[in-house]
Amino acid sequence: MGIVPPMIDAIGLTENDLTALLTTLKLATISTLILLLLGTPLAWWLARTQWRFKVLLEAVIALPLVLPPTVLGFYLLVALGREGPIGSLIETIGGAPLPFTFAGLVVGSVIYSMPFVIQPLQNAFAAIGSRPLEVAATLRASPLDRFFTVAIPLARSGFLSAMVLGFAHTLGEFGVVLMIGGNIPGETQLLSIAIYDHVEVLEYGQAHLLSGGLLLFSFLLLLLVYSANRHFSVMQTKQ
Amino acid sequence: MIEAKFQLEREGFLLDVDLALPASGVTGIYGPSGCGKTTLLRAVAGLEPLDQADIIVNGEVWQQGRRALPVHKRPIGYVFQEASLFPHLNVMQNLQYGLKRIPVEKRCVALDRAVQLLDIAPLLQRSTHQLSGGERQRVSIARALSLCPKLLLMDEPLSALDHNRKQEIMPYLERLHTELQIPVLYVSHAMDEIARLADHLVLMERGVVTGSGPVAEMMTQLDLSIAHGDEAAALIEAKVEAHDEAFDLTYISFSGGRFAVAHRALEIGTPVRLRVLARDVSLTLHHQTETSILNIFAATIDEIALEGSAQVVVRLNLKGSSLLARVTRKSASQLDLSPGKSLYVQVKSVALV
Repeated sequence: MGIVPPMIDAIGLTENDLTALLTTLKLATISTLILLLLGTPLAWWLARTQWRFKVLLEAVIALPLVLPPTVLGFYLLVALGREGPIGSLIETIGGAPLPFTFAGLVVGSVIYSMPFVIQPLQNAFAAIGSRPLEVAATLRASPLDRFFTVAIPLARSGFLSAMVLGFAHTLGEFGVVLMIGGNIPGETQLLSIAIYDHVEVLEYGQAHLLSGGLLLFSFLLLLLVYSANRHFSVMQTKQ
Repeated sequence: MIEAKFQLEREGFLLDVDLALPASGVTGIYGPSGCGKTTLLRAVAGLEPLDQADIIVNGEVWQQGRRALPVHKRPIGYVFQEASLFPHLNVMQNLQYGLKRIPVEKRCVALDRAVQLLDIAPLLQRSTHQLSGGERQRVSIARALSLCPKLLLMDEPLSALDHNRKQEIMPYLERLHTELQIPVLYVSHAMDEIARLADHLVLMERGVVTGSGPVAEMMTQLDLSIAHGDEAAALIEAKVEAHDEAFDLTYISFSGGRFAVAHRALEIGTPVRLRVLARDVSLTLHHQTETSILNIFAATIDEIALEGSAQVVVRLNLKGSSLLARVTRKSASQLDLSPGKSLYVQVKSVALV
C-alpha cells in the first residue's frame, strides 16, 4: 500500500478516530481543571513561602519535565495496581482499581502535566511582588479578598499560560497513557495512540489527518498564549 | 496621642522606638536613607510583623504585646513611595477599592471631598497607565483619604517624582494639612518638605530616635545633627503684615520684628512660615545702618556649639523665636560671643515655605 494523500474532510475520520479524539479532549479538559484547582493554591504558596525545603518540592514537581514518560507511567502502574500502595488502599475502601480506566488516566495526566500548570502560575504570582497586596491590605482587604481581587487578576497571563500549556501537554500524552491506560477504545484510547496504531498498519492518510490536526491545534493554542503574554506585559511595563 | 513602642531587628541595626506623638497635625519623620524611618511607618501600619510591641492610637490598641490587629482592620490610610495603583483597575475603581470594603454606616463623604481636594475629577475614567507620575500620586493620596482614616501614613510620597511634579503635588499636601483634621505621619529625607509641612518632628539615625518635638524647636537644637551642616535652618511662624508698593516689598511680622521680602501676592494676615538658613545669618554687635541688608533684628545668644574646627553655630533668641547663625570661630572669638550676650542679627535671605 502506498502513501494515501491526507484527507482533510470529516469523511476521513473513522468512528474509532472520532472516539479517540473525544476521549482525548475530555481527558485534557478534566485534567486541566483539576490542575488549576490544586495548582493555584500550591503555586501561590510556593511563590510566597520562605520555607527552607521549598526547592525539594519544586524539584519533585518539575520531574515530569525530564523523566521519560514511560518511567512515570511504570511507577504509576505499580503504585495504582492491586498490589501497589495506593491501589491496595483504594481496594480496601471498596474502590475499583485505577489502571486501564479513564480515572487512572486522569490521575496519570494530572501528575504528568503538573509542572506545566504550576510553573507559570508560580512565576506569575512571584512577579506580582508583595506591594500590590500590601496596598490592598491598607485598603481594608482581608487575605482571601486580596488573593481573589488582586493576586488572581494580576496573574491572569499566568493563568492563561497554565491552562493552555496544561491542556496542550495532556493532548500529546503517550508514554504514560500507554503504560497506565492501555488502548481501550472509548475508555482509554487517546489520539496519540490512535495515530501510532494507524502508522503501525501503514494507514498514513489517517495518521496524517490526526497528526496534522493536532499540530495545527497545538500551534494555535501556543500562538494564543504568546500573543496574550505580549499584550499583558506591554500593559504591565507601562504602570 | 499616638504611642509606638517596639524593637525590630533589621539587617545591620536594631530599630528601637519608643515614641509618643501628638494625634493632630503633621509629624515629619526625618533621617538619612536606611535609618529605619520607613520601617517605623510600616510597623505602625502593621505591614511589618512585630514580636512584641505597643501601638496605641488615640486610645485604640493596634498592638499590645503579641496581639496585633491585622493591617486590614486598622483605620489607616497609607500612601506608598511609588503610587501603587492597581493596574487592572481604572482610576475610579482604584478609588472605590477601599471604600467598598467599609460598612456603609462607617463611610464618610470623604471620596467626593478627596476627589475635589486633589483635583482628579477629570481623571476618573482613565486607565492608570495613562496618568503622569504626579497624577498617579494624587490618585493614590485620594484613595487613602477616601477611607476617612484616623491616621494617614505617608512614606516619602514625593521622592519618586522630579522637581516639577513635586511642586505640582506640594500645594495639595498643604491643603490636606490645613483643611483636614487627620493626623499624618510623613516620612521624608527632604528637608524642604519637612520645613513646609511638619508641625512636629521625629529625627532618626541608624534605627534610633534621636529627638522628637515641635519642628521649630527641634531644628534649632544644637545637640542634634539637624542644626549643623549646610542645610541647617530655623523655622519662624509669621504673618503677612503689609505690602510696600513703592518698593514692591511684602512685610512679614513675627515675634522678633518684621521681615521685608520681595512682593508676594498674599492677603494681609495670612499666616506664613519662614525658613532662614544658618549660613545666611551674620552677627554684629552694633545696629548697622549703612548696609544693604534690610532684615536686622535685636537678639540674645542662647547657646553656641562648635561646627567642625573653624566654625560655630549660634542659637539666638528673638523675643521667643529662634534663629541659627553660622559664623567662623575666629569671629566668635573677636566678638566675644557667649550665651546671654545681646547683639544684632543680619539676615541675608529668607524663604517662605
